[in-house]
Amino acid sequence: MGSFVKGLKKVKWKNYINYVAIGIVTIVFGVLSIGSGLPSSTLYLLEKIAISIILAASLSLVVGFLGELSLGHAGFMCVGAYLGGKIAAMLAKTALGGVGNGILVLVIALIVGGACAGACGFIVGLPALRLKGDYLAIVTLAFGEIVKVIFQNSSAETFGGPIGLTTPRLDKKYLFIIGFILILVTLAVLQNFIRSKHGRAITAIRDNEIAAKAMGINVTKYKLIGFVIAAIFAGFAGVIFSYSQNNISSATFDYNYSIEILVMVVLGGMGNINGSIISATLITFLNVQLQNVLKGDLAVLKDLLYALILIVIVIYNNAPKLKNFRDKYSIGNLLQKIIKKKHDPSNVRDDAARWDVVPTKISMDEVLSTDIVVDDTGDNSADVGERRGAK
Amino acid sequence: MAKETKGNDGVGSSDQIVLETRNLGITFGGLKAAQNVNIKIKKNQIYGLIGPNGAGKTTIFNLLTGVYKPTSGTFYLNGEDLTGYSQEKINHKGIARTFQNIRLFNNMTVVRNVMVGLHNQPEFKCNELVSILRLPRHFKVEKAMRQRAKDLLKIFDLEDERNNLACNLPYGKQRKLEIARALATNPKLLLLDEPAAGMNPNETEDLVKTIKYIRDNFDMTILLIEHDMKFVAGLCDEITVLNFGTVLAEGDTKTALNNPEVIKAYIGG
Repeated sequence: MGSFVKGLKKVKWKNYINYVAIGIVTIVFGVLSIGSGLPSSTLYLLEKIAISIILAASLSLVVGFLGELSLGHAGFMCVGAYLGGKIAAMLAKTALGGVGNGILVLVIALIVGGACAGACGFIVGLPALRLKGDYLAIVTLAFGEIVKVIFQNSSAETFGGPIGLTTPRLDKKYLFIIGFILILVTLAVLQNFIRSKHGRAITAIRDNEIAAKAMGINVTKYKLIGFVIAAIFAGFAGVIFSYSQNNISSATFDYNYSIEILVMVVLGGMGNINGSIISATLITFLNVQLQNVLKGDLAVLKDLLYALILIVIVIYNNAPKLKNFRDKYSIGNLLQKIIKKKHDPSNVRDDAARWDVVPTKISMDEVLSTDIVVDDTGDNSADVGERRGAK
Repeated sequence: MAKETKGNDGVGSSDQIVLETRNLGITFGGLKAAQNVNIKIKKNQIYGLIGPNGAGKTTIFNLLTGVYKPTSGTFYLNGEDLTGYSQEKINHKGIARTFQNIRLFNNMTVVRNVMVGLHNQPEFKCNELVSILRLPRHFKVEKAMRQRAKDLLKIFDLEDERNNLACNLPYGKQRKLEIARALATNPKLLLLDEPAAGMNPNETEDLVKTIKYIRDNFDMTILLIEHDMKFVAGLCDEITVLNFGTVLAEGDTKTALNNPEVIKAYIGG
């Protein structure tokens, strides 16, 4: 028991705070939903948030860590939504579709949707090995549009064509809980992958592909892995999405949706999964609330307001005053204060200049004008050279 | 760890040829960037590749590491033909390099830079699924990699900087880190592209010691490009002088440097 407690203390809780936070949210809302019931608008919002977080976190792997611009994430989601939704709808008609089998069908749908999206990720990843930057972005963009058009033109029996695919339902009470559990799975996989030698290889490719190749890193392999993992989770998000709607139409998964996911990643900070989670929550909340508040004629203002708010966030995200405020009142710092009240020098930010120790002009002149005695041992010769250069 | 490799050293291996190029050459359109370059580097030698700017020194490095594919000729590492191999494969076979314009993984810490170099070592094998599922093997490998990286950094006096971002290191240390990272891939031949560029005399002196230490303790063969003649004369056993992509002189460092052709190429006249 003692060693277990010791082990717990050794764990760097800062690394796992996101699991804890999402776990708490899941439990709180889960209990509320099952126990007393939540309004359907709240349930809808929670489902949306879960989908957005999974999408943003997975895209963050490609954009933030691998350093490739992908504009087709909604395409992967579309594949997952249609194929997962179709399988679930088919299974629901068979013996598996019994009363208690809803979750089982959903799991099968998730596996199928994820696998199909992953296969698409592999196909899109292949040109990624040859193309760079903008060109790859164009290919992924084209992929998203192609997928959309294929499903739009499918026959009514297969994927519903332009009418859309009627998707299976699951009790709304539980769907968002499954969504949130999937967030935890996504986080675990992505975070474990990134915090391993493989993640280091991927970050190395982002930082300097030439050097990574020279270090023997298999760039081809890691780019493909990055694309496939991201696509699989987009597929999962797609399946959850298809469950959350009565009817999915491929027009939803357009270019704008991909951009919206990208905005979440960029706003959260490249290479920062927790940031992506927060910004995904924020943006989704904003979107849904604007939709609820602006009704009737005001609905046209929604996109305008949304854009304005985004601009304001981007401008003030890095404002020094806000940064200071965040540093002072960040959850991590508050927790640290509670755990150990002592001042820890490692918490002091490097860029926080200590003006009290910066020499004034007079003292600098003194330093520079001091004659330096050349030591015979020659140890100081380099110093002397530098000081003279400084003068 | 360094001493272990020394133990594998065969007796009388100094005659063993590690790198041999045969008529190696490349043309970019009409430009003959390198032509008929024949180099033979013996085991444990420090071999210099010098020449005026634009002589084709870095081109040779790029050929040897697979960045360019030679348009003529072949090259062999320990008798194995590596011509036309990809960069990754050549690194696996045992050639590692540093770059003239430093190419570190800037947004990663110093220790992680070295750990990327260790990525392909067989003792640190650990597939993606093991890492994602956090099986015990993952933790074992990570710990061992970190320790090995720390050991390597100690040699280069970078241990205290290990948690700093690579881009925040001073220039001299960045150069050293690049060598440490290249060494982490456990090469048989180390290519250093202007390792002393931008260093002050003290740092250069330090670097000479480090390079000799690497040769002795890692059983390493080193090929380097350098403009600092004092550095070359003090370090290299043999050199090849290039000019306009062709070999101007080769052999023992002193003799080659005093070759009138070489002096003419450098000073003009």
